[in-house]
Order: sequence, then structure tokens, then C-alpha cells
Amino acid sequence: MRRWTAAALAVLGGMGGTLAAESPDCAVSAHLAAAEYPLPRVAAAVDQAKRLDITVVGAGSSTLAGPGGVDLAYPARLEVILGERLPGVKTKLITNVKPRRTAADMAEGFEKILMEDKPVLVIWQSGTVDAITGADPEDFRATLDDGVETLHAGGADVILMNMQYSPRTESMIAIQAYADNMRLVSQQREVPLLDRFAIMRNWNELGTFDLNAATKKLETAARIHDCLAQFLANLIHGGIKLQREQLRPIQ
Amino acid sequence: MGRELSRRRLWGPTRAGFGRKMLYDRRIPVSPEPVAAAAVVPRAASSQRDLRLDLFRGLALWLIFLDHIPSNIVSWGTIRNYGFSDAAEIFIFISGYTAAFVYGRAMRERGFIIASARILKRAWQIYVAHMFLFVIYMAEIAYVSSSFENPLYHEEMGIFDFLKQPDVTLIQALLLKFKPVNMDVLPLYIVLLLGFPPALWLLQRQATVALAASAALYALTWHFGWNLPAYPTGSWWFNPFAWQLLFVLGAWCALGGAGRIGRFTRSPVVLALAAAYLVFAFAVVMTWYFPPLAPLVPKWLGDVMYPIDKINLDVLRIIHFLALAAITVRFVPLDWPGLQSRWLRPAILCGQHSLEIFCLGIFLSFAGHFVFNEISDAVFMQVLVSAVGIAIMVAAAALIAWYKSIEGRSPGSRSKPPDADLAGGEA
Repeated sequence: MRRWTAAALAVLGGMGGTLAAESPDCAVSAHLAAAEYPLPRVAAAVDQAKRLDITVVGAGSSTLAGPGGVDLAYPARLEVILGERLPGVKTKLITNVKPRRTAADMAEGFEKILMEDKPVLVIWQSGTVDAITGADPEDFRATLDDGVETLHAGGADVILMNMQYSPRTESMIAIQAYADNMRLVSQQREVPLLDRFAIMRNWNELGTFDLNAATKKLETAARIHDCLAQFLANLIHGGIKLQREQLRPIQ
Repeated sequence: MGRELSRRRLWGPTRAGFGRKMLYDRRIPVSPEPVAAAAVVPRAASSQRDLRLDLFRGLALWLIFLDHIPSNIVSWGTIRNYGFSDAAEIFIFISGYTAAFVYGRAMRERGFIIASARILKRAWQIYVAHMFLFVIYMAEIAYVSSSFENPLYHEEMGIFDFLKQPDVTLIQALLLKFKPVNMDVLPLYIVLLLGFPPALWLLQRQATVALAASAALYALTWHFGWNLPAYPTGSWWFNPFAWQLLFVLGAWCALGGAGRIGRFTRSPVVLALAAAYLVFAFAVVMTWYFPPLAPLVPKWLGDVMYPIDKINLDVLRIIHFLALAAITVRFVPLDWPGLQSRWLRPAILCGQHSLEIFCLGIFLSFAGHFVFNEISDAVFMQVLVSAVGIAIMVAAAALIAWYKSIEGRSPGSRSKPPDADLAGGEA
């Protein structure tokens, strides 16, 4: 019943109820996975230098604990998927992932990352720890805004990634204000946002994944991370295509 | 009252004229002479109990309950999804209104000290209620932390870290610095009441000055970024220095302000502007829920509007609430027959016992989410939990009313204490 209702809501939303994903296992409403903004620096690097250097900056939800967890988490999966999708392009992905970091903690390291990794794309996952510790949402927004500015100035495009949807702890962590602020920065700075929160909630509604189940196994978590990697690859691919179509100059 | 009768009376030709007259007649005494005021109050109060306050506060309590259950499909029906403001504005405004009405009379009749003592006693009751809710919250979170494990949510489980330091957490909670999700309204209410005696004193003497002072505090708060600190980081989710404006505005309206601006708020131009603003807010909010519509909001407009700050009671939210209020007062006059309808009786009952029902609603929203996780979160379950929750709130309100009646404190009863339930239930 819930499945039908969610599908009906998607239709009502003018999304035509179509489901988009590379693999049918990752099905979500199409608008959640659409590339909206071009990635000019990435497009230039791929088209001209034939290489793509990415740094993933994140906290605990950008990795998976346990044996082999790192290889199953979305950054490692993204590197594999991009290698397949961008033949002839040398793709390198560095992870800068440590648990329990707020957006501000991560932004402190940006200058160093720009100097040492020299990425043309930074995937910046944040929001969970800020929400758990109750950081001021306005400070959070300002941190994101400044961070995107720093990364752009340092020659890197940015993809923002927000929090996970977690039904069990939903009534205990006030996510919404942080998710809203992240979307706002994405729109104002015109940087892509992987709306992980909405995607995972949509999965839970559609029954794609049961996010409520208690388990010690990595199986479902690994499939979810693989799907997230596919959506990230879509955003990157879409961002390159949009840039080629628009031929927008770098500011 | 039958449905036919109420409909005829609702739409009957007498409504507009009669309603307007009654609004003019509705006097909340603000006589500068205490004796004269005291002479007017009891009769006016017992015969002119404004059920609209009860009704809308009751509805706000239902909406707060529904909104506080995460991922609840029924909460799509609540007003926060169709405009900038939400039930919190209604609750705080009406609370200010009723506090001024109840304690204003006490202050006129028995002086500043007695009225202040009663206000502080109320603040204490709310503090105790808040701590009671906190204990329930701790029980729930302790249960979830010990029963749920999933490698996907390693980081989210950090929310439970505070359980390892109960000494610090409990003290921070007692200091109202540590406030779990959705438990921010009562601490706001406590602080507003603590500051209310001098505000009420000034409102009764120089109402305009008091309102201007409140607006000035609001403006200074925005300018200097004042707020109270929270634990472990950040500050209050309902900034008392900003939200006091709505509370004082409610009090100002109760003490004669509504009458003074009545002609203005009922003018067709103001109503048209209010309606236009509500439509505008609705259109903007739709672009949040349907991202493909987002480009329809011009960038310059987005830069001006966003973020719409709930913590500091964004001016866009205030205007939205005032627009809603202006239109509501226009279409729901004091003598609206629907107020006597048994269909609205449940909401009115809840609004008359707002503290108890508010706390119950917070508890029920915890419990509702618990049911979603432990039993089922199918759509029919979401509807069922919502409906049962509201039914429990109504039943509890009826039970409280019955207790008060056997103690001789029913609304309209002349026995003591004489004013605890006047004009929209408790303060």
C-alpha cells in the first residue's frame, strides 16, 4: 500500500512517476537523481587533461565499519564506476574521511587538501554531526557557503552530499534545518547536491531497502553505498554534459 | 445542534453584520481605573468567553502533535506545508493573549506582586512538566540505543553518546540547555513567562510603548545575534528574545489592541493584501517540495527571502501568521455559531487545557514514532496512529475538565480560583 502511495505522490509531484537509476535495484523518483548544475572544472579536466582527481571529504557515514568496509563504501565504488564510465580518463579518488567531524572541522582542512591532492572535484559530505551536536544552522550554512567558495577559488568543483535518512533515530536528530540550509547553499552557489536524505527516504517508502531493520551484516549497507556511488557518478557525468552543452566559462 | 442548522447559521445573512458588531462590542477591559475595570471584568468574562482562542489553540496542539511524528503522511495536511508559519506561531500568540487576559486581571485586582507570583508559579509548573517529558524521552532513547544496531548508521548512533554522561546531561537538561528534538517550546514558554510580569505591567499602562519595546528587543536580537546558549553546542531553537514579540503582540491584542486595530484589520485592502501574501507564501513553499519548480523563484527573490529563519522568528513568518490571523478573524467572528457545534468541541476542549494536552501530544508523538518503528509504518498505520493520538488528547482533555468540574473549577464556574480558565483556557 505504501509503495503505491509513494508512487502516486511522485506522479502528483509532476515527476511522471518515472524511476531513474543505472541499476534497477537503486530505483528512486527521477527528480532525486537528476543533474541540475554543470561542473566546468571537471569538464575541462576530463576533456583536456584526460584525468579526473577527486577528493571525498566526509565523516562517519562516508565509510563502512568492519572488514572490507572501506572497499564497499561509496567512495571506493565511485572510483570503480567512473573508471568504467569514463574510458580513456585517468580517474583518481582520495578519501579524507574521519568520523564525528562537523562541516567546520572539515572546512579547516580544505586549504591543505587543495594544495596536496589538487582535486578538480571535491565531494563534501556533511550535516550529520552538526545535527547531532545541535550546531547553529545559520553557522552551518555560512560554513558550507565559505567552504564552497574556498574550493572554487582553489580550482575544484564541489558536489555536496547531505545526511542519511535514518528512521530509527529520526525523532531524535533534527535534520531538516540542516538539510534545508544545504539545499539553499547548493542553489545559491549552483553546485550539485546529492540529496541522500530524500533518496534514502524514498527507498524506504518504495520498499527498495528496509532501513528499519537491525542487523550487524554489511550486505544492505554495501548495496546502498553502491547505489549512492551510481548517483554520484550520474551527477558527475551529467555535470560534464551540461557544461559541454552550455559552454559556460569558468568565473 | 444539527448539521443543517449550523450550516444555515454559518452562511445566513445575519453573519457579517452581527459579527462585526460583536467584534466591536467585545471589550477586554483596559480601563486606567482599577475599580471600574474590576466592575466590568467578571460579567464580561463569564459571558464573553472567547472560544476562538480555545479552538485555535486546540487545533494548534493537534498540528504540533502531527508535525512531531517524523515521516507521518497525515502531517502533510498541517499548515506548515502550505506557508511560512506553523502551529508554533499560533500557540505562542494565543498563549500571550490568554496570559495577558488572565494575569492582567489579577494584576489590576490584586496588584503586581500577587499577579507576578501566579505567573511564576505557572512557569514552575511548566518547568516540571518539561522535566517529566525529558524523563520519558530518555527512556525511549535508552531503549533504542540498546536495541538497534546497523553498520549503516554508525555515525547517527553518536546521538546516544550523552547517555554515557548522565551527570552532565541531566544537569544541562535541568538548566534548560540540553533540549532534545521537539522539546523546545516549553522552555521558550518558561522564559517568556519569567519575563512577563514587567511586560504586563507596562502593557497595562503604556500599551504602545510596551509593544514598541518588544519590537525593539526583536530588532536588537537580529542585529546583535542574541540568543541563549544550548548544550552541547549552538543556541536555542526558539530564540526567546525573538519569539517574545509574538507573545507580547498577543498580550497587546488581549489588552485592547485588537479593538484599536480592528478597523484596520477588517479593511478590504488589508484583507486583500493578506490573501495575496498567503497565496505568495503557498507558491513559494510548493517550490520546496517539488524541486523542478525551484527555478520559478527568481534568484534575487531567493537571495532576499532565504533562509526563512524559524529560530529567530523571521519577519516573513510573522507576516504570514498575521495574514492568517486577519483572515481567520474576518471569517470566524466571536459569535460564529460553529463555535457551539459539537464537532468543534473536541478541539476547544484541548485548547482549554493546553499545558497538559501539549505535554501529552509530545509524549504521543514519541510513542507514535515508536509504533512506526516497532510495529509498522504502513500508510494506514500512520493514519491510525494520528487519529488515535488525537482521540487520546481529546479524551484526556475531557477527563481534566471533569476533574476540574468536581473540584468546582469548571470554565464559567464562579468558585475559586476565579480566572484560571478564562478566555481561552489556562494562560
